[in-house]
Amino acid sequence: MDLLTEPVGLSHYLVVGAILFVCGVLCMAIKRNALGVLMGVELVLNGANLNFIAFSAPYLRADSQYATGLDGHLIAMFVIVLAAAEAAVALAIALNYYNNHATIDVDEGDELKG
Amino acid sequence: MEAINWHSFFFLLFGLAAGGFALAVVLSGNIVRMGFYLIMSLGAVAGLFFLAGAEFVGAMQLMIYVGGTMVLLVFGVMLTARGPFVSMKTPGGQWVLATIVGGSLLVMLLHTAVSVDDWRVKAVAEKAELSEEPPEVELSETTNPDRLGMALVGVRSDQPDPRQPAEEFGMSGYLLAFEIVSVHLLVVLIGAAYLARTKRVGSRD
Amino acid sequence: MAKFFIEYLDSLSIPILPEWIVHALVYLIVGLVQCGVLLAIVMVSVAVFTWMERKIAGRIQDRLGPTRTGGRFGWLQPLADGIKLWTKEDLVPKNADGLLFRVAPYIAFCASFTVFLALPFSDGWVAQNLNVAAFFVLAVAGLEIFGTILGGYGSGSKWSLFGAMREAAQVVSYEVPLGLCVLIPVMIAGSMNLVTIGNIQAGLFTNWLIFHDPCTFITFFVYGTCAVASVNRAPFDLAEAESELVAGFMTEYSGFRWSIFFMAEYGSMLAVSALATTLFLGGWNGPVPVTELLGWTEAAGAHPVLVQLGNLLGAANFLCKTYIGVTVMIWARWSLPRLRIDQVMTTCLKYCLPIAAAMLVGATLWLYAFPGGMILKQRLPDVSSQVPSDSCGTKTGDG
Repeated sequence: MDLLTEPVGLSHYLVVGAILFVCGVLCMAIKRNALGVLMGVELVLNGANLNFIAFSAPYLRADSQYATGLDGHLIAMFVIVLAAAEAAVALAIALNYYNNHATIDVDEGDELKG
Repeated sequence: MEAINWHSFFFLLFGLAAGGFALAVVLSGNIVRMGFYLIMSLGAVAGLFFLAGAEFVGAMQLMIYVGGTMVLLVFGVMLTARGPFVSMKTPGGQWVLATIVGGSLLVMLLHTAVSVDDWRVKAVAEKAELSEEPPEVELSETTNPDRLGMALVGVRSDQPDPRQPAEEFGMSGYLLAFEIVSVHLLVVLIGAAYLARTKRVGSRD
Repeated sequence: MAKFFIEYLDSLSIPILPEWIVHALVYLIVGLVQCGVLLAIVMVSVAVFTWMERKIAGRIQDRLGPTRTGGRFGWLQPLADGIKLWTKEDLVPKNADGLLFRVAPYIAFCASFTVFLALPFSDGWVAQNLNVAAFFVLAVAGLEIFGTILGGYGSGSKWSLFGAMREAAQVVSYEVPLGLCVLIPVMIAGSMNLVTIGNIQAGLFTNWLIFHDPCTFITFFVYGTCAVASVNRAPFDLAEAESELVAGFMTEYSGFRWSIFFMAEYGSMLAVSALATTLFLGGWNGPVPVTELLGWTEAAGAHPVLVQLGNLLGAANFLCKTYIGVTVMIWARWSLPRLRIDQVMTTCLKYCLPIAAAMLVGATLWLYAFPGGMILKQRLPDVSSQVPSDSCGTKTGDG
């Protein structure tokens, strides 16, 4: 299979999306910095967005009558807008946490532990 | 050797950049570097959007995601990255666990991605051979922002006008979602300003 | 263009090299030539602007400015500056984050240069005719701050960090009114394609969108304010306020990397000025439609060479207007005192943003009441017969 001479299919986009998604999940799981966790969320959202866009492109697949067309683009747009909102609130929370606890390590925030 | 397929070439370029920098985000310990790698990764994803024919969404990704959200994130990193918080080590046990979980998740997702025949290269190439003209992207067809805007105010120009009311299900526009998102953004704006404001000690009580 | 050459070469069918190598080479060469032409325009403009800046600054301060290098007017000064900067030692401070410090100037320059990918210089003279060009230009121009932020942080100096923080706050705030201002011409034209927006302003200067209605007239000045702020020029140059922050985010930079930052700044000045020219000042369409009077248009059935000659005139016209815009920015820099950070934010959030929002509503109402503009009837293409898309407005507003 020569990647440079053959046209790209939907699977290729899905593979990149999967890599982004898994990297994001790993980032969310293992980073101790609250902002690192936030970056993981952004990666996950981007992986999902890439899938939405790829599914909506009719020329990437043989069964183009099932391409989601405009819907994929619109949902990707909503995801981007909501991600901006989520980042703003999460950042405000992280800064408050930093001010109150003098640390950004999420493992330290266990005051409510029973 | 046949002619180079330029779509594939640029896909490879952007895809490798997106995946590679995403991996660098996970592996890097320095939070500032992580921010930098994330910016590069998201920029490459915007390139992939352009390739897939979503120009408007790609430009939006560059503007809102990379130009807005990431600036905010890097801003937060700069405010909190002092001394010990610049690079925080993850314990080795968590790495092992994460690799196992992440690896199995990746294998599962990759298996799903390549499992449908119609989505694979061979099927696409056969289809391209079947049709007379090469599957070139029509600039006005795929990415006309007018149609996106019309769909947001509730008119779907890309779908046929449903004659029977029963067919209308799932064919409407996105007016309600659009309104909800606007209200949501307003709420978030006020909420973030409230959370992040400086609290004067002893001003109230 | 590349397709044309490939078809030509295929028709010759000289079996020197395998076909795919020839195709790849042709694409590469055509791409490099286009890139080189754009780079040449930007670089020459940067050289001219440094000279203009020094001359105008001198005249405003009752000096002569450079007079020695290159004759009486010192026009070789940029070259001398360039050679000096090139040969200076490129220092990386001990506390700096090496990678970020080294890479930051290139990020800034790439972002500022990529804008020209979508900017048309004349009718159809554009590297990539994007459907969403106006939006794309705004988006990519906004990426330039990453160079500043990463450079400021990577320097490991508190002055740099302060400069970078100020810049981040300022640029993100000013993107909102800037987006609203760009939206108004986009709405009137019914398209985000900059070639289309330029073409609907053909004819006399009364067809320019700045004279379309009172709202666009005011919007132009709001756009000018926001554009100056978003490219970080005086009186909004808080990121490098030399009286407080040494040189802001550029404190630790010297030599070649410093000059790259400098080129990025002038490049983005040229870019916002060019965008203003396309959106408000008629683009390549002059105050007087010279090419149309001469009959050098495609519509008049002129010879292709004459049409391209007309386009060349248009490009010269476009660059003239753009240079005038940059001159005004230089003039403002040496005339106005620097604002404080709270004054900068007040200007954005209390004045520019409400005015821009009110003008958007006003322009919408005007378009509804008097379709076709203030003085002369506009020659609107078919695009405008569709309903203008609302989507772009909400998107730019969110950022």
